[in-house]
Amino acid sequence: MRVEDFDLFSTLVKQRSGLVLTKDKAYLLESRLMPVARKWQMKGLDELAQAMRGRRDEAMARDITEAMTTNESSFFRDQKPFDLFRQLVLPSLTEARAAKRSLRVWSAACSSGQEAYSLAMLLAEEGPKLAGWKFDIVGTDISAEMVERARAGLYTQFEVQRGLPITLLVKHFKQSGDKWQLSPQLRQMASFREFNLLGDLSGLGQFDVVFCRNVLIYFDQPTKARVLDQIARLMPADGVLFLGGAETVLGITDRFKPMDGQRGLYVINKPASAAAGLKKAAG
Amino acid sequence: MKSCLVVDDSRVVRKVARRILEELQFSCAEAEDGRQAMEYCARTMPDAILLDWNMPVMTGIEFLRRLRKMTGGGEPKVVFCTTENDLAHIQEALSAGANEYIMKPFDSDIIQTKFAQVGLL
Ligand SMILES: C[S@@+](CC[C@H](N)C(=O)[O-])C[C@H]1O[C@@H](n2cnc3c(N)ncnc32)[C@H](O)[C@@H]1O
Repeated sequence: MRVEDFDLFSTLVKQRSGLVLTKDKAYLLESRLMPVARKWQMKGLDELAQAMRGRRDEAMARDITEAMTTNESSFFRDQKPFDLFRQLVLPSLTEARAAKRSLRVWSAACSSGQEAYSLAMLLAEEGPKLAGWKFDIVGTDISAEMVERARAGLYTQFEVQRGLPITLLVKHFKQSGDKWQLSPQLRQMASFREFNLLGDLSGLGQFDVVFCRNVLIYFDQPTKARVLDQIARLMPADGVLFLGGAETVLGITDRFKPMDGQRGLYVINKPASAAAGLKKAAG
Repeated sequence: MKSCLVVDDSRVVRKVARRILEELQFSCAEAEDGRQAMEYCARTMPDAILLDWNMPVMTGIEFLRRLRKMTGGGEPKVVFCTTENDLAHIQEALSAGANEYIMKPFDSDIIQTKFAQVGLL
Protein backbone atom coordinates (compact mmCIF):
# COMPACT_ATOMS: atom_id res chain seq x y z
CA MET A 1 0.00 0.00 0.00
CA ARG A 2 1.21 3.49 -0.77
CA VAL A 3 2.22 5.67 2.16
CA GLU A 4 -0.24 8.41 1.15
CA ASP A 5 -3.06 5.87 1.11
CA PHE A 6 -2.15 4.49 4.50
CA ASP A 7 -2.08 8.03 5.89
CA LEU A 8 -5.43 8.84 4.34
CA PHE A 9 -7.14 5.77 5.77
CA SER A 10 -5.56 5.99 9.20
CA THR A 11 -6.41 9.70 9.51
CA LEU A 12 -10.00 9.02 8.50
CA VAL A 13 -10.39 6.16 10.97
CA LYS A 14 -8.73 8.12 13.79
CA GLN A 15 -10.98 11.14 13.22
CA ARG A 16 -14.14 9.12 13.11
CA SER A 17 -13.57 6.51 15.81
CA GLY A 18 -10.46 7.41 17.79
CA LEU A 19 -8.72 4.23 16.70
CA VAL A 20 -4.99 4.77 16.27
CA LEU A 21 -3.40 2.79 13.45
CA THR A 22 0.37 2.74 13.53
CA LYS A 23 2.45 1.93 10.45
CA ASP A 24 3.03 -1.65 11.60
CA LYS A 25 -0.73 -2.18 11.23
CA ALA A 26 -0.62 -1.66 7.45
CA TYR A 27 -1.19 -5.39 6.87
CA LEU A 28 -4.31 -5.25 9.08
CA LEU A 29 -5.61 -2.24 7.21
CA GLU A 30 -5.13 -4.01 3.90
CA SER A 31 -6.81 -7.25 4.91
CA ARG A 32 -9.77 -5.46 6.50
CA LEU A 33 -10.30 -2.90 3.73
CA MET A 34 -10.09 -5.24 0.75
CA PRO A 35 -13.63 -6.53 1.40
CA VAL A 36 -14.84 -2.91 1.62
CA ALA A 37 -13.22 -2.11 -1.73
CA ARG A 38 -14.88 -5.18 -3.24
CA LYS A 39 -18.24 -4.24 -1.78
CA TRP A 40 -17.98 -0.89 -3.54
CA GLN A 41 -16.95 -2.65 -6.78
CA MET A 42 -13.39 -1.43 -6.71
CA LYS A 43 -10.29 -3.36 -7.63
CA GLY A 44 -8.05 -2.31 -4.79
CA LEU A 45 -7.19 0.06 -1.99
CA ASP A 46 -5.68 2.68 -4.28
CA GLU A 47 -9.05 3.03 -5.97
CA LEU A 48 -10.78 3.23 -2.59
CA ALA A 49 -8.32 5.89 -1.44
CA GLN A 50 -8.89 7.79 -4.69
CA ALA A 51 -12.64 7.77 -4.07
CA MET A 52 -12.15 9.08 -0.53
CA ARG A 53 -9.98 11.92 -1.84
CA GLY A 54 -12.76 13.04 -4.15
CA ARG A 55 -16.26 13.84 -3.00
CA ARG A 56 -16.45 12.00 0.26
CA ASP A 57 -19.20 9.38 0.45
CA GLU A 58 -20.48 9.12 4.01
CA ALA A 59 -21.54 5.48 3.65
CA MET A 60 -18.12 4.55 2.29
CA ALA A 61 -16.29 6.38 5.07
CA ARG A 62 -18.48 4.56 7.54
CA ASP A 63 -17.74 1.16 6.01
CA ILE A 64 -14.02 1.87 6.21
CA THR A 65 -14.26 2.89 9.86
CA GLU A 66 -16.41 -0.05 10.92
CA ALA A 67 -14.16 -2.48 9.08
CA MET A 68 -11.24 -1.36 11.23
CA THR A 69 -12.94 -1.85 14.61
CA THR A 70 -12.24 -5.00 16.60
CA ASN A 71 -15.52 -6.44 17.83
CA GLU A 72 -14.23 -9.32 19.89
CA SER A 73 -16.33 -9.93 23.00
CA SER A 74 -17.64 -12.75 25.14
CA PHE A 75 -20.17 -13.45 27.87
CA PHE A 76 -18.90 -12.66 31.38
CA ARG A 77 -15.61 -11.59 29.83
CA ASP A 78 -12.79 -11.85 32.41
CA GLN A 79 -15.43 -12.97 34.98
CA LYS A 80 -13.89 -10.87 37.79
CA PRO A 81 -15.67 -7.59 36.94
CA PHE A 82 -19.01 -9.41 37.04
CA ASP A 83 -18.16 -10.93 40.43
CA LEU A 84 -17.29 -7.46 41.70
CA PHE A 85 -20.50 -6.06 40.26
CA ARG A 86 -22.57 -8.70 42.05
CA GLN A 87 -20.72 -8.83 45.35
CA LEU A 88 -19.74 -5.21 45.83
CA VAL A 89 -21.37 -2.72 43.50
CA LEU A 90 -24.90 -4.09 43.50
CA PRO A 91 -25.32 -4.33 47.30
CA SER A 92 -23.98 -0.83 47.89
CA LEU A 93 -25.89 0.85 45.06
CA THR A 94 -29.18 -0.90 45.82
CA GLU A 95 -28.83 0.31 49.38
CA ALA A 96 -28.08 3.83 48.20
CA ARG A 97 -31.03 3.80 45.76
CA ALA A 98 -33.49 2.02 48.04
CA ALA A 99 -35.99 4.87 47.76
CA LYS A 100 -35.83 5.18 43.99
CA ARG A 101 -35.51 1.47 43.21
CA SER A 102 -33.91 2.02 39.86
CA LEU A 103 -30.42 1.73 38.43
CA ARG A 104 -29.02 2.62 35.04
CA VAL A 105 -26.11 0.67 33.63
CA TRP A 106 -24.18 1.51 30.47
CA SER A 107 -22.24 -0.91 28.34
CA ALA A 108 -20.22 1.61 26.34
CA ALA A 109 -18.74 -0.03 23.22
CA CYS A 110 -21.03 -3.02 23.64
CA SER A 111 -20.06 -4.86 20.45
CA SER A 112 -22.55 -7.71 19.87
CA GLY A 113 -24.16 -7.29 23.29
CA GLN A 114 -22.58 -10.01 25.42
CA GLU A 115 -21.56 -7.59 28.18
CA ALA A 116 -25.02 -6.04 28.48
CA TYR A 117 -26.74 -9.42 28.42
CA SER A 118 -24.29 -10.90 30.95
CA LEU A 119 -25.44 -8.14 33.30
CA ALA A 120 -29.08 -8.85 32.49
CA MET A 121 -28.61 -12.56 33.30
CA LEU A 122 -26.70 -11.71 36.45
CA LEU A 123 -29.54 -9.47 37.64
CA ALA A 124 -32.11 -12.14 36.75
CA GLU A 125 -30.16 -14.62 38.89
CA GLU A 126 -30.50 -12.32 41.88
CA GLY A 127 -34.20 -13.11 41.73
CA PRO A 128 -36.66 -12.00 44.41
CA LYS A 129 -34.02 -9.91 46.18
CA LEU A 130 -34.44 -7.36 43.40
CA ALA A 131 -38.19 -7.64 42.94
CA GLY A 132 -39.72 -4.25 42.27
CA TRP A 133 -36.47 -2.81 40.98
CA LYS A 134 -36.14 -1.25 37.58
CA PHE A 135 -32.89 -1.84 35.74
CA ASP A 136 -32.11 0.01 32.60
CA ILE A 137 -29.20 -1.51 30.72
CA VAL A 138 -28.08 0.53 27.74
CA GLY A 139 -25.58 -0.76 25.18
CA THR A 140 -23.99 1.53 22.61
CA ASP A 141 -21.49 0.98 19.83
CA ILE A 142 -20.19 2.92 16.87
CA SER A 143 -20.90 -0.01 14.58
CA ALA A 144 -24.43 -0.27 13.16
CA GLU A 145 -23.85 -3.92 12.38
CA MET A 146 -22.88 -4.69 15.98
CA VAL A 147 -25.87 -2.80 17.38
CA GLU A 148 -28.14 -4.80 15.11
CA ARG A 149 -26.54 -8.07 16.22
CA ALA A 150 -26.85 -7.05 19.87
CA ARG A 151 -30.55 -6.30 19.45
CA ALA A 152 -31.17 -9.68 17.86
CA GLY A 153 -29.50 -11.45 20.78
CA LEU A 154 -28.64 -14.28 18.40
CA TYR A 155 -25.32 -16.06 18.91
CA THR A 156 -23.34 -18.85 17.30
CA GLN A 157 -22.59 -22.10 19.09
CA PHE A 158 -19.03 -20.89 19.46
CA GLU A 159 -20.09 -17.59 21.07
CA VAL A 160 -22.45 -19.15 23.61
CA GLN A 161 -19.66 -21.43 24.77
CA ARG A 162 -17.26 -18.64 25.61
CA GLY A 163 -17.86 -17.57 29.19
CA LEU A 164 -21.50 -18.60 29.44
CA PRO A 165 -22.18 -21.32 32.03
CA ILE A 166 -24.30 -24.14 30.58
CA THR A 167 -27.01 -23.62 33.19
CA LEU A 168 -27.53 -20.05 31.97
CA LEU A 169 -27.65 -21.23 28.36
CA VAL A 170 -30.35 -23.74 29.23
CA LYS A 171 -32.27 -21.23 31.29
CA HIS A 172 -32.25 -18.22 29.00
CA PHE A 173 -31.62 -19.33 25.41
CA LYS A 174 -33.65 -21.04 22.70
CA GLN A 175 -32.18 -22.86 19.77
CA SER A 176 -32.88 -21.22 16.45
CA GLY A 177 -31.40 -23.12 13.52
CA ASP A 178 -27.70 -23.49 14.26
CA LYS A 179 -27.76 -20.43 16.52
CA TRP A 180 -28.95 -19.63 20.02
CA GLN A 181 -31.25 -16.75 20.87
CA LEU A 182 -31.66 -15.06 24.20
CA SER A 183 -35.21 -15.07 25.58
CA PRO A 184 -37.40 -12.02 24.92
CA GLN A 185 -37.65 -11.35 28.68
CA LEU A 186 -33.89 -10.99 28.98
CA ARG A 187 -33.56 -9.07 25.73
CA GLN A 188 -36.13 -6.62 27.06
CA MET A 189 -33.81 -5.73 29.93
CA ALA A 190 -31.32 -4.11 27.56
CA SER A 191 -31.66 -1.57 24.78
CA PHE A 192 -29.08 -0.82 22.15
CA ARG A 193 -28.25 2.16 20.00
CA GLU A 194 -25.58 3.40 17.70
CA PHE A 195 -23.34 5.88 19.44
CA ASN A 196 -19.87 7.28 18.97
CA LEU A 197 -17.86 7.76 22.18
CA LEU A 198 -16.09 10.70 20.54
CA GLY A 199 -19.37 12.54 20.20
CA ASP A 200 -21.33 14.52 22.78
CA LEU A 201 -22.31 11.99 25.44
CA SER A 202 -24.56 14.31 27.45
CA GLY A 203 -27.75 13.17 25.71
CA LEU A 204 -27.45 9.67 27.11
CA GLY A 205 -28.58 10.64 30.59
CA GLN A 206 -27.10 9.57 33.90
CA PHE A 207 -25.55 6.17 34.61
CA ASP A 208 -24.87 4.64 38.02
CA VAL A 209 -22.57 2.01 36.56
CA VAL A 210 -20.49 2.21 33.41
CA PHE A 211 -18.72 -0.66 31.71
CA CYS A 212 -16.27 0.82 29.24
CA ARG A 213 -14.03 -2.10 28.51
CA ASN A 214 -11.57 -2.93 25.79
CA VAL A 215 -12.17 0.14 23.69
CA LEU A 216 -9.96 2.85 25.26
CA ILE A 217 -6.91 0.69 24.51
CA TYR A 218 -7.33 1.60 20.86
CA PHE A 219 -7.28 5.37 21.53
CA ASP A 220 -4.41 7.81 22.11
CA GLN A 221 -3.91 9.57 25.47
CA PRO A 222 -5.84 12.81 24.75
CA THR A 223 -8.78 10.85 23.35
CA LYS A 224 -8.83 8.51 26.36
CA ALA A 225 -8.79 11.52 28.68
CA ARG A 226 -11.60 13.27 26.80
CA VAL A 227 -13.83 10.19 26.79
CA LEU A 228 -13.21 9.47 30.48
CA ASP A 229 -13.94 13.08 31.43
CA GLN A 230 -17.22 12.94 29.52
CA ILE A 231 -18.16 9.64 31.12
CA ALA A 232 -17.50 11.11 34.57
CA ARG A 233 -20.00 13.87 33.81
CA LEU A 234 -22.73 11.27 33.30
CA MET A 235 -22.16 9.67 36.67
CA PRO A 236 -23.44 10.48 40.16
CA ALA A 237 -20.85 10.90 42.93
CA ASP A 238 -21.24 7.27 43.99
CA GLY A 239 -21.16 5.86 40.46
CA VAL A 240 -18.64 3.21 39.46
CA LEU A 241 -16.69 2.55 36.29
CA PHE A 242 -15.31 -0.73 34.99
CA LEU A 243 -12.40 -0.68 32.58
CA GLY A 244 -10.82 -3.57 30.68
CA GLY A 245 -7.89 -5.61 31.97
CA ALA A 246 -5.31 -3.59 30.01
CA GLU A 247 -6.85 -0.18 30.74
CA THR A 248 -6.44 2.33 33.54
CA VAL A 249 -7.21 5.94 34.49
CA LEU A 250 -3.81 6.43 36.07
CA GLY A 251 -1.77 9.06 34.27
CA ILE A 252 -4.76 9.87 32.05
CA THR A 253 -7.36 11.65 34.18
CA ASP A 254 -7.96 12.45 37.82
CA ARG A 255 -11.74 12.36 37.41
CA PHE A 256 -11.62 8.73 38.53
CA LYS A 257 -9.47 6.78 40.91
CA PRO A 258 -8.95 3.03 41.24
CA MET A 259 -10.81 1.37 44.05
CA ASP A 260 -8.30 -0.05 46.50
CA GLY A 261 -7.58 -3.69 45.91
CA GLN A 262 -10.27 -4.12 43.25
CA ARG A 263 -8.70 -4.41 39.83
CA GLY A 264 -10.60 -2.84 36.98
CA LEU A 265 -13.00 -0.96 39.24
CA TYR A 266 -12.90 2.83 39.45
CA VAL A 267 -14.82 5.39 41.43
CA ILE A 268 -15.41 9.12 40.99
CA ASN A 269 -12.51 10.96 42.53
CA LYS A 270 -14.46 13.75 44.22
CA PRO A 271 -16.21 13.74 46.59
CA ALA A 272 -14.25 11.17 48.54
CA SER A 273 -17.26 10.16 50.68
CA ALA A 274 -18.85 8.07 47.90
CA ALA A 275 -15.84 5.78 47.66
CA ALA A 276 -15.86 5.37 51.41
CA GLY A 277 -19.42 4.06 51.25
CA LEU A 278 -18.44 1.39 48.76
CA LYS A 279 -15.40 0.40 50.79
CA LYS A 280 -17.58 -0.09 53.82
CA ALA A 281 -19.69 -2.52 51.82
CA ALA A 282 -16.51 -4.29 50.72
CA GLY A 283 -15.14 -4.61 54.23
CA MET B 1 -1.64 -31.79 40.02
CA LYS B 2 -5.29 -32.50 39.20
CA SER B 3 -6.26 -35.54 37.18
CA CYS B 4 -8.60 -35.79 34.21
CA LEU B 5 -10.00 -38.85 32.48
CA VAL B 6 -10.66 -38.25 28.79
CA VAL B 7 -13.42 -40.52 27.49
CA ASP B 8 -13.89 -40.54 23.72
CA ASP B 9 -13.91 -43.26 21.08
CA SER B 10 -11.91 -41.11 18.70
CA ARG B 11 -8.18 -41.35 19.21
CA VAL B 12 -7.70 -37.98 17.51
CA VAL B 13 -10.13 -36.21 19.86
CA ARG B 14 -8.49 -37.84 22.89
CA LYS B 15 -5.11 -36.64 21.70
CA VAL B 16 -6.24 -33.06 21.10
CA ALA B 17 -8.07 -32.89 24.44
CA ARG B 18 -5.13 -34.42 26.24
CA ARG B 19 -2.73 -31.84 24.82
CA ILE B 20 -5.00 -28.97 25.92
CA LEU B 21 -5.54 -30.45 29.38
CA GLU B 22 -1.86 -31.14 29.96
CA GLU B 23 -1.16 -27.52 29.12
CA LEU B 24 -3.64 -26.64 31.88
CA GLN B 25 -1.57 -28.78 34.25
CA PHE B 26 -3.79 -31.85 34.37
CA SER B 27 -2.43 -35.36 34.44
CA CYS B 28 -4.48 -37.31 31.92
CA ALA B 29 -5.74 -40.82 31.45
CA GLU B 30 -7.79 -42.06 28.51
CA ALA B 31 -10.73 -44.39 28.00
CA GLU B 32 -12.33 -45.42 24.71
CA ASP B 33 -15.87 -46.00 25.96
CA GLY B 34 -18.08 -45.90 29.04
CA ARG B 35 -17.13 -49.38 30.18
CA GLN B 36 -13.42 -48.61 30.18
CA ALA B 37 -14.18 -45.38 32.02
CA MET B 38 -16.14 -47.34 34.66
CA GLU B 39 -13.23 -49.69 35.17
CA TYR B 40 -10.84 -46.78 35.51
CA CYS B 41 -13.02 -44.95 38.04
CA ALA B 42 -13.47 -48.12 40.11
CA ARG B 43 -9.69 -48.10 40.59
CA THR B 44 -9.04 -44.34 40.87
CA MET B 45 -11.52 -41.50 40.92
CA PRO B 46 -10.20 -38.62 38.77
CA ASP B 47 -10.86 -34.96 39.66
CA ALA B 48 -12.37 -34.32 36.26
CA ILE B 49 -13.90 -36.30 33.41
CA LEU B 50 -14.21 -35.01 29.85
CA LEU B 51 -16.94 -37.16 28.40
CA ASP B 52 -18.14 -37.94 24.88
CA TRP B 53 -21.77 -38.98 24.40
CA ASN B 54 -21.93 -41.49 21.57
CA MET B 55 -19.53 -44.38 22.04
CA PRO B 56 -19.70 -48.13 21.42
CA VAL B 57 -20.12 -50.58 24.32
CA MET B 58 -21.36 -47.95 26.81
CA THR B 59 -22.46 -44.38 26.02
CA GLY B 60 -21.37 -41.34 27.97
CA ILE B 61 -24.78 -40.71 29.51
CA GLU B 62 -25.07 -44.30 30.69
CA PHE B 63 -21.59 -44.09 32.19
CA LEU B 64 -22.48 -40.84 33.97
CA ARG B 65 -25.62 -42.30 35.56
CA ARG B 66 -23.64 -45.28 36.85
CA LEU B 67 -20.75 -43.12 37.99
CA ARG B 68 -22.97 -40.94 40.15
CA LYS B 69 -24.17 -44.07 41.98
CA MET B 70 -20.66 -45.37 42.70
CA THR B 71 -18.93 -44.71 46.02
CA GLY B 72 -17.05 -41.47 45.54
CA GLY B 73 -18.69 -41.12 42.13
CA GLY B 74 -20.25 -37.80 43.10
CA GLU B 75 -16.83 -36.21 43.39
CA PRO B 76 -15.48 -35.83 39.84
CA LYS B 77 -16.55 -32.78 37.85
CA VAL B 78 -17.99 -34.14 34.64
CA VAL B 79 -17.83 -32.04 31.49
CA PHE B 80 -19.63 -33.45 28.47
CA CYS B 81 -17.89 -32.89 25.16
CA THR B 82 -20.05 -34.02 22.28
CA THR B 83 -21.52 -33.27 18.87
CA GLU B 84 -25.00 -33.57 20.42
CA ASN B 85 -25.86 -29.89 20.47
CA ASP B 86 -29.56 -29.60 21.18
CA LEU B 87 -31.30 -28.41 24.31
CA ALA B 88 -32.87 -31.81 25.03
CA HIS B 89 -29.50 -33.55 25.21
CA ILE B 90 -28.01 -30.80 27.35
CA GLN B 91 -30.93 -30.99 29.78
CA GLU B 92 -30.66 -34.77 29.96
CA ALA B 93 -26.94 -34.49 30.72
CA LEU B 94 -27.48 -31.92 33.46
CA SER B 95 -30.19 -33.96 35.15
CA ALA B 96 -27.91 -37.01 35.04
CA GLY B 97 -25.35 -35.02 37.00
CA ALA B 98 -23.10 -33.35 34.43
CA ASN B 99 -21.41 -30.15 35.64
CA GLU B 100 -20.73 -28.54 32.28
CA TYR B 101 -21.34 -29.19 28.62
CA ILE B 102 -19.19 -28.52 25.58
CA MET B 103 -20.59 -28.73 22.07
CA LYS B 104 -18.03 -29.89 19.53
CA PRO B 105 -16.06 -28.48 17.86
CA PHE B 106 -14.13 -27.09 20.82
CA ASP B 107 -10.87 -25.25 21.29
CA SER B 108 -8.53 -24.68 24.23
CA ASP B 109 -10.32 -21.44 25.16
CA ILE B 110 -13.63 -23.21 25.58
CA ILE B 111 -12.13 -26.05 27.62
CA GLN B 112 -10.30 -23.57 29.80
CA THR B 113 -13.30 -21.36 30.57
CA LYS B 114 -15.60 -24.34 31.15
CA PHE B 115 -13.11 -25.98 33.51
CA ALA B 116 -12.66 -22.68 35.32
CA GLN B 117 -16.43 -22.29 35.70
CA VAL B 118 -16.78 -25.60 37.52
CA GLY B 119 -13.88 -24.70 39.78
CA LEU B 120 -11.24 -27.00 38.34
CA LEU B 121 -8.82 -24.17 37.55
C1 LIG C 1 -13.19 -5.14 21.58
S1 LIG C 1 -14.86 -4.58 21.55
C2 LIG C 1 -15.24 -4.56 23.26
C3 LIG C 1 -16.59 -5.16 23.56
C4 LIG C 1 -16.94 -5.28 25.05
N1 LIG C 1 -16.93 -4.00 25.73
C5 LIG C 1 -15.98 -6.23 25.73
O1 LIG C 1 -15.14 -5.80 26.53
O2 LIG C 1 -16.03 -7.44 25.47
C6 LIG C 1 -14.63 -2.87 21.12
C7 LIG C 1 -15.89 -2.20 20.52
O3 LIG C 1 -15.70 -0.79 20.54
C8 LIG C 1 -16.38 -0.23 19.44
N2 LIG C 1 -15.86 1.12 19.21
C9 LIG C 1 -14.65 1.46 18.69
N3 LIG C 1 -14.54 2.79 18.62
C10 LIG C 1 -15.68 3.30 19.12
C11 LIG C 1 -16.17 4.63 19.31
N4 LIG C 1 -15.43 5.72 18.97
N5 LIG C 1 -17.40 4.80 19.85
C12 LIG C 1 -18.15 3.73 20.20
N6 LIG C 1 -17.74 2.46 20.03
C13 LIG C 1 -16.52 2.25 19.50
C14 LIG C 1 -16.14 -1.23 18.33
O4 LIG C 1 -17.12 -1.14 17.32
C15 LIG C 1 -16.18 -2.57 19.09
O5 LIG C 1 -17.44 -3.18 18.99
